[in-house]
Amino acid sequence: MSKTSSTIPKWADVLLIPIINLFMALAVSAMIIYLVGENPIEALKLMIEGAFGSSEGVGYTLYYATNFIFTGLAVAMAFHAMLFNIGGEGQAYIGGLGVAVILLALDQYLPFWILLPLALIGAMLFGAAWAAVPAYLQAYRGSHIVITTIMFNFIAANLMVYLLVNVFILPGSMTPESRVFEEIAWMPSIQSIFATLGIEISDSPLNLSFIIALIVSLIVWIYIWHTRWGYEMRSVGFSEKAATYAGINTKRVIMITMLISGALAGLAGVNEIMGVQHKLMLDFVAGYGFTGIAVALMGRNHPVGIIMASILFGALFQGGAELSFDMPTISKEMVFVIQGLIILFSGALAYMSRPWVEKIFIIFSKNTKKGA
Amino acid sequence: MSNFSIELKDISKSFGSIQANKNVNLKIKKGTIHGIVGENGAGKSTLMSILYGFYEADSGTIYVNGKETTIKNSTDAIKAGIGMVHQHFMLVENFTVLENIILGAESGMILSKSIKNATSEIKNLEKSYGLYVDLDARIDTIPVGQQQRVETIKALYRGAKILILDEPTGVLTPQEADQLFDILRALKDQGTTVVIITHKLREIMDLTDSVSVMRAGEIVDSLETSKTSKEELAELMVGRKIRMNLEKSSAKTGETLIDVNKLGLTDSSGIRRLDNLNFQVKAGEIVGIAGVSGNGQSELLEILCGILPCSDGKIKISDITITPTNQTKPDKIRHAGIAHVPEDRLKRGLIPQFSASESSILGYQNSSSFNGIAFTRTDAIRSHCISIMKDFDVRPQNPDIKSANFSGGNQQKLILAREMERSPKVLLVGQPTRGVDIGAIEFIHKQIIQMRDKGSAVLLVSGELDELITLSDRIIVMFDGKIVGEVDANKTDEKELGLMMTNSHEQKNGQKYE
Repeated sequence: MSKTSSTIPKWADVLLIPIINLFMALAVSAMIIYLVGENPIEALKLMIEGAFGSSEGVGYTLYYATNFIFTGLAVAMAFHAMLFNIGGEGQAYIGGLGVAVILLALDQYLPFWILLPLALIGAMLFGAAWAAVPAYLQAYRGSHIVITTIMFNFIAANLMVYLLVNVFILPGSMTPESRVFEEIAWMPSIQSIFATLGIEISDSPLNLSFIIALIVSLIVWIYIWHTRWGYEMRSVGFSEKAATYAGINTKRVIMITMLISGALAGLAGVNEIMGVQHKLMLDFVAGYGFTGIAVALMGRNHPVGIIMASILFGALFQGGAELSFDMPTISKEMVFVIQGLIILFSGALAYMSRPWVEKIFIIFSKNTKKGA
Repeated sequence: MSNFSIELKDISKSFGSIQANKNVNLKIKKGTIHGIVGENGAGKSTLMSILYGFYEADSGTIYVNGKETTIKNSTDAIKAGIGMVHQHFMLVENFTVLENIILGAESGMILSKSIKNATSEIKNLEKSYGLYVDLDARIDTIPVGQQQRVETIKALYRGAKILILDEPTGVLTPQEADQLFDILRALKDQGTTVVIITHKLREIMDLTDSVSVMRAGEIVDSLETSKTSKEELAELMVGRKIRMNLEKSSAKTGETLIDVNKLGLTDSSGIRRLDNLNFQVKAGEIVGIAGVSGNGQSELLEILCGILPCSDGKIKISDITITPTNQTKPDKIRHAGIAHVPEDRLKRGLIPQFSASESSILGYQNSSSFNGIAFTRTDAIRSHCISIMKDFDVRPQNPDIKSANFSGGNQQKLILAREMERSPKVLLVGQPTRGVDIGAIEFIHKQIIQMRDKGSAVLLVSGELDELITLSDRIIVMFDGKIVGEVDANKTDEKELGLMMTNSHEQKNGQKYE
């Protein structure tokens, strides 16, 4: 037997290992917190409280999660075709531009229910367009997608500075921002939706985009595993040679997959621009594109896993902010370190604990055999 | 000192829930050639990997020359005097032969000094065993037979007194195999113990002094070669009687379904891979393509099924015409009733990570029977998979298992089932039984002959000469991208084919093909 097939059950791979990774990250974080002279348990309590202890906290957590779901899905989609899309950051940024262009042009003329689909389409089109050039270069010219998508992040950042300073800025203003959209073009917040149902919750940036993110997750799941296009995409991802044999146009699949991936990242712009900021501004993506990579890795490129990982990361962002507020010795930078550790353990070191878990399972299965 | 070079006592090894070796006991006499036979997955390679330190046994003891020895890695094995020639060579392709031999066994920091010492030592080895090879040639420029010699020298240079060879003849022509056997006999005469793993019973009978048969991780019997027969060994391997020879009626040919005309292929570095090929295959016949691997057979298959574009010539296959300017894509060709069982089943034929049912529609994924307007019809695909698994006896009969977790034979049966199910007009088959166990080979051969009898034109590329001779009606021999001869399968033998494959045969008029 030359192949060693997976020896651990699926639930352990999907659930147990990410949890172990999370705990390893928390253990290292606890040590750091202890070293700066704070109580790690207390800090963890504060973080969890901050993320889930109030309706406001939950709102913030889910608002962050919305961004991560979109960018995580983008990374996962590309990954199923074995493409590593590092460009979620730029694609989300340009996606936001797409939303703003539509809303700035039409918010005085159209009702919300027409603006919403237009804004979604704008975000997806712009995001996809930003992925198109790297996709083309990968499919037809063999330039590595990792390199090109990274470069496009920089191009996006600079393009946005140019556009905001020279095109969208209000006459006479010193801040590079567009005008605020008409209120009709704002994505309804969850708070206002609940209010119409007679339930009162406190104010947070959480808006309808979260629901859209869940629906998009479902669509992505169907696309990957229940359509012939998803089948072709996974074929190309697993084995380009077999895909060619099967008559699949691998170049076209690479193009389509990257366009979809870019479109998904672009949707993060809807949450930020239409849902929260209500105007086009600089740096609203704030690293969500990169966090999406860790989210997709932790979520094993499956929409359900991505939703769960997104909520975890959302909680980290929100809880971390609360923590640095309540424990002044733990600075904002310290919170970044904790976030970084979790990304490190669940992303880059995702498979580090796997051999240990495998060993435990082998020993365990032997003992049960002997006992039987 | 003990009489035995190697003694294994109760060796067991499992990978997860799979027991690859179970209480294996084996004794190999010093200075003999010992064969280990068994089907794929019987545990032969695992056992030898344990001996060479790639794996560690879960339990059991190894004695080398009567001394209990712990072998934790290949360094331990080399120290104990064990050398191994792997099925897939472990050579650095852009190093010279000499560099490869001393790699990892350099005697000091300064390379030139170790090269000097090594050269004289290797010359000695060459002389005593007839292991001649050009030390300054780069590995990627010498033929596979020579590469294997390099592997052998490598092992001997490290002082191996026990040499393990894993499927050494898989890539060799019959003549090269004979040369290898001569070398092995010379080694034996000088006291080296040779262990050879193979699934070719003919080689066991020709070469070995004793033989052990493995089945399902256990050694079922150890015999003296002179006191056994091919039939007995085959029966031991599979656990039931095997018909070694297939009966088939003579071909009833119909219209020409493959017509290859002046076909040529020049690769990106300007080398002619195929040159001026002309042949036809008619409905109702099997035409075999023989050749040492790498002489253009694979390229020919890939051009016929549309994966590779040709550079010149013209092909008519069924109703489709392929020319350099009129390139037809694989899906078009497939839908014209041309099925293709690719040579490399794990890289092309199926997707190891896919479930069996997903792999069972590869190439037919756009067929309306598997798709609704947007969604795939998972139930239809599963039941389709179950039905073809039944027809072709694929075990286990479970469409949800990952393709990779089927044995080689069952993977191959699944691919054949998929390709044959639609009764194609033309069947292109590459290496249908490579790495497939004997029981499945019998079944696969029957199916291919049945396709022929139903009126398909079958083009068969295979590295197994006996397979070509058993199945084919005519055999075309390729060498260096050209057709160097065609023979009637009923009137040829492995010897003649082997000579033609290396282009060293004499034509009747005394001229070599060029």
